[in-house]
Amino acid sequence: MTSYRTGPDATGLFGQFGGQYVAETLMPLIHDLAAEYEKAKTDPAFLEELAYFQRDYVGRPSPLYFAERLTEHCGGAKIYLKREELNHTGAHKINNCIGQILLARRMGKQRIIAETGAGMHGVATATVAARFGLQCVIYMGTTDIDRQQANVFRMKLLGAEVIPVTAGTGTLKDAMNEALRDWVTNVETTFYLIGTVAGPHPYPAMVRDFQAVIGKETREQLMEKEGRLPDSLVACIGGGSNAMGLFHPFLDDASVKIVGVEAAGHGIETGKHAASLNGGVPGVLHGNRTFLLQDEDGQIIDAHSISAGLDYPGIGPEHAWLHDIGRVEYTSITDHEALAAFHQCCRLEGIIPALESSHALAEAFKRAPTLPKDHLMVINLSGRGDKDMQTVMHHMQEQKESVV
Amino acid sequence: MSRLQTRFAELKEQNRAALVTFVTAGDPGYDASLAILKGLPKAGADVIELGMPFTDPMADGPSIQLANIRALAAKQDLVKTLRMVREFRQDDQSTPLVLMGYFNPIHKYGVPRFIADAKEAGVDGLIVVDLPPEHNVDLCEPAQAAGLDFIRLTTPTTDDKRLPKVLNGSSGFVYYVSVAGVTGANAATLEHVEQAVARLRRHTELPVCIGFGIRTPEHAASVARLADGVVVGSALVDRIAKAETPGQAVEDVLGLCRELAEGVRAAR
Repeated sequence: MTSYRTGPDATGLFGQFGGQYVAETLMPLIHDLAAEYEKAKTDPAFLEELAYFQRDYVGRPSPLYFAERLTEHCGGAKIYLKREELNHTGAHKINNCIGQILLARRMGKQRIIAETGAGMHGVATATVAARFGLQCVIYMGTTDIDRQQANVFRMKLLGAEVIPVTAGTGTLKDAMNEALRDWVTNVETTFYLIGTVAGPHPYPAMVRDFQAVIGKETREQLMEKEGRLPDSLVACIGGGSNAMGLFHPFLDDASVKIVGVEAAGHGIETGKHAASLNGGVPGVLHGNRTFLLQDEDGQIIDAHSISAGLDYPGIGPEHAWLHDIGRVEYTSITDHEALAAFHQCCRLEGIIPALESSHALAEAFKRAPTLPKDHLMVINLSGRGDKDMQTVMHHMQEQKESVV
Repeated sequence: MSRLQTRFAELKEQNRAALVTFVTAGDPGYDASLAILKGLPKAGADVIELGMPFTDPMADGPSIQLANIRALAAKQDLVKTLRMVREFRQDDQSTPLVLMGYFNPIHKYGVPRFIADAKEAGVDGLIVVDLPPEHNVDLCEPAQAAGLDFIRLTTPTTDDKRLPKVLNGSSGFVYYVSVAGVTGANAATLEHVEQAVARLRRHTELPVCIGFGIRTPEHAASVARLADGVVVGSALVDRIAKAETPGQAVEDVLGLCRELAEGVRAAR
């Protein structure tokens, strides 16, 4: 049997996607990083330290929760929620941050930089930098700063410097450009803690490995509860780290249907969306070859999504490959659909989900009613929605006004 | 001999360094940009680097980021950039012209089509910032097979172990990025430049051009004493940013180019 879990190859490629498309200044460092990570991932001391922090600092394992009322409401598949929102800092982002900060320390780096969209990765990075006493600089687009004030304040409380990025539309892509510029300038001292399964090799594989704890736990937990594997998995995708983390341990289980959910924004047909697979074509950006939102001239088009964390015109290269070979189905959910699912989850389960995760919920709610009652579905509840209060309030206000 | 080889051989004969100028195609608009391009050789540019605009110039500082934004706002695209080169070549057959930019617009245009059209337009070489030698098959190899030079960036972080890999497949000249940073950054010290050039010369026969942070005729002159070429970009582009009219932009860029050329020519 061919395995879907062996990628990338030595050059960082998943099929035709991935690679190391970066400026020469960064190449030696990226090779160092790849070598250091190769050593670390089989070093018992590193793995033990990682497990310790995952357990006692992050709070793992996160529960796999049977969402009884959502299941009743949908009237079909049995729905489980993987509760990544219960992690320290409120999302799956910390899984990766803990791994990378331990690596940064091994490499003797004193300064940590990161990009952030919704601010969850920024907060998680600032958190681990504080814990390990390292200097921390976070790049964040001005549009995102406006819609995620609370997270900006959190990062500052944790001792990070938050640098506003005005270029472009002031969202995640622009923050990533600026972080790359910082890295190229401070390459000797600085560790770039990328928050998703994108960027040059080894980041897509490394971030996936740190996030794969989600899928590994899910496997064990469902075995314990149901005595078998899930029938389907659903997760939202911006860059795609929470999805990759859940999916990867199941890729070779042919019976498991896997669904990734992109952000359709106002609708893919409007052009205002963030669905790189469903509305983009292959290209090269931020160190990797992947599907991108771009125009006829290869200029990158700004993404749109109500959720800042999905507002990115690319997607991790491993997802691009899984899409290409058809192992994972990639669908999309609009802002409206995500908001509706957000409200349902709040009312029915007493869980306020992140708007990002609400995209996965919305897709699951479409599918669950059509499936038999013994179908086991796992939704990755990748983050909590506390950060989204302003956005949701604003949207409810707008709706009220448009009704009047 | 290629235009780049011919030009560097001539300059060696004259015992002086090349002035290599960078501007972004379509900045501040097509017509003014073409006027700048056509005026550069007479203003003393020995080699021209023409930027292909991109929305996400990750290795560029604020000056060239803004140049990209201005060019894209004026609807410059790769088709027009190649047309601009064709128009330039109508009255200049000797000045080497190198296109510089990022891979995605070329990827979207289609690599074989791009190579054919660039060659036909009169492009001599390519500098693609985000294509390290790890990705030689993507563009470097087919471009060289078609007779286009592929100019590599080497940097302070490119150590002796890696240098042969970077230089292997380089042609035309070697562009030494003298500081780890983005374009328009602070300049490297002359000591650093001197050592770097000596190190590169141990590894290659190609001309070595120095860029990043060179802004004034005096500075250009001091670097011109050490290397085969001096690259100036952000300082020229800043003249466009400050100009109030396209006409003034043309005049100011060419004015600075003349001053830089005097510096370079008087250096040795």
